Amino acid sequence: MIEFENVTKIYRMGQSKVIALDDINLKIEAGEMVAVMGPSGSGKSTLMAIIGCLDIPSKGVYRLEGQPVEKLSDNQLAQVRSRKVGFVFQQFNLLPRTDALENVMLPLLYDGVHGKLRTEKAKAALEVVGLADRMHHKPNQLSGGEQQRVAIARALVNEPTILLADEPTGNLDTKTGEDIIGLFQKLHEETGQTVVYVTHDAFIARHTQRIIRLVDGKIISDETVAHPLAAGTPRPEEALIGQSV
Amino acid sequence: MNLLENIRISFRALAANKLRSGLTMLGIIIGVAAVVALMSIGRGATRSVTSRVEGLGSNLISVTSARVVRQAGVAAQSTPLYYSDYQAIAQDVTDVNGISPTYQTGAQVAYGANQSQFTITGAEPAFATVQAYTVAQGRFITFADNSAESRVVVLGSQTATDLFSGLNPMGRDITINGINFTVVGVLASKGSTGFFSTDEVVIIPLETGYSRIFGGRALDNGKLTLSSISLSAANPNVVDTVISQVEYVLRREHRLTLNETLPFSVSSQSQALSTITSITGTLTAFLGAIAGISLFVGGIGIMNIMLVSVRERTREIGLRKAVGARRSVILMQFIVETITLSLVGGILGISLGAAIAGVVTLTGLITTYVSLDVILYSFFFAALVGLFFGIYPAYQAASLRPIEALRYE
Repeated sequence: MIEFENVTKIYRMGQSKVIALDDINLKIEAGEMVAVMGPSGSGKSTLMAIIGCLDIPSKGVYRLEGQPVEKLSDNQLAQVRSRKVGFVFQQFNLLPRTDALENVMLPLLYDGVHGKLRTEKAKAALEVVGLADRMHHKPNQLSGGEQQRVAIARALVNEPTILLADEPTGNLDTKTGEDIIGLFQKLHEETGQTVVYVTHDAFIARHTQRIIRLVDGKIISDETVAHPLAAGTPRPEEALIGQSV
Repeated sequence: MNLLENIRISFRALAANKLRSGLTMLGIIIGVAAVVALMSIGRGATRSVTSRVEGLGSNLISVTSARVVRQAGVAAQSTPLYYSDYQAIAQDVTDVNGISPTYQTGAQVAYGANQSQFTITGAEPAFATVQAYTVAQGRFITFADNSAESRVVVLGSQTATDLFSGLNPMGRDITINGINFTVVGVLASKGSTGFFSTDEVVIIPLETGYSRIFGGRALDNGKLTLSSISLSAANPNVVDTVISQVEYVLRREHRLTLNETLPFSVSSQSQALSTITSITGTLTAFLGAIAGISLFVGGIGIMNIMLVSVRERTREIGLRKAVGARRSVILMQFIVETITLSLVGGILGISLGAAIAGVVTLTGLITTYVSLDVILYSFFFAALVGLFFGIYPAYQAASLRPIEALRYE
């Protein structure tokens, strides 16, 4: 499904070079739910950008569903982004002054889905994230959690095979963050979509099946979670407080 | 992804930023309005001048003396036009409806305490028909007035108003250079040509003028001279042959060979008209060019704001690309946005320009003329400006790499 073979990504910042990914080898199978952890600057976002075809490797090969991505044209990459990948960002990235429904319809618009079908699909996606009653609200009329749900609806509206979430809960409080990871778990169980989820929060990461840790552009650990936490499990410190009372 | 969807996306983006869209359009609105208003004023001026010149008398040919250089190194000299030239032309030139000799000079004209300087025209009865004047009150100069050297005067409508300020001038006496003249007629108004007023005339019998007003200046070696001779050709088709006949007679009378420059100007109204039309046409083009510069500046304003808009919406563009928008789609979105801005601005500008032209007409200064070609021309020019100045910002937006655009702060 997702296959990195000696992938290196170098950014130029003026005169200096920044090695964001350093000779990465990685395989994620279809239907896996993976968490990516690591300190800031460790290359998590670059990894996500390459998986999501927003960027291409400087060196090495990235295969998506067996196909090397660097051989695709600009337009083919755009098509991959619209059909195979759903991206959720830390900064929601909703179009301002545009209501939830139209934000969710955006990928369908660029994929050439027409009229009624487009509206129906977008409404269905908003229902999945529990925002059917807010579809005509504009981003500034929604809470942070709600905005991120709209962004998730936008990511899944085109039924992609991969859902990528780049610190989706980074701007949200822990309670809302837990709701969001619950939503991803539910989507993963119901649709069998591959989910890659970047987080700083070790507790959130334990809701997935596999945790990859990055430091300085290298994978330092890749562990399988034997018993992923179920949504709604109280945080350890909360559980302790509960016991002591 | 078809064009219609693209236009919709652009409209939504424009509607989402009404203030910015409005300000961007302002440059185009002002530019187009300036073009339409100035061109309409220019066209209006051309039309009014043309129609007034045409009203001076159709098929009119005028003969005046012209300064020519006879010998190298010697100052240009003028040859006077003699009364005998008039007699020869009247006798020999055919296809003429009327011929009118005139002598003009400045003189003090007074009615009581009301006095000022006027141009006095000495004329014969044919003057009224050749110059297409009609008499509003009383009568025009007659043959009898001329042969009797009567002290009678016919006034233009403006002159009558100026001198008599509302009184009926008929039968009253005025003085010209201190000599009494009786007003026997007032002409109907013909309106101004813009260069000289045809209503500010004072007309006396030519013979009376020679004997009492013009004095020695009207004589050259003892021969009577004229300021001009006007002819009215029988129809527009013979104007050119009448001109050549007149030139032939003048050469004969003044003993000039064909190699010598004719020291007289023989010109038709249609020639004068084409000169005036070309002058006003140049002025209109000049006004249009100035207005065109403001339209061009408006276009640069659009480009400026679109470039800023691309910057400001970098994340939006990144997001659109991240969810599957192709380069060409982003390119189209921004081009459609600028063209929409310039076309809507163009339509508003045309309306504003037409309104300005209307207001100018209402002030009575000039009757403006808003012509369809000016409107179409401004409209297409506005669209072109939008396309031209929109391509660069659109190209910039389309070339952004999605990941960098998304990271843009």
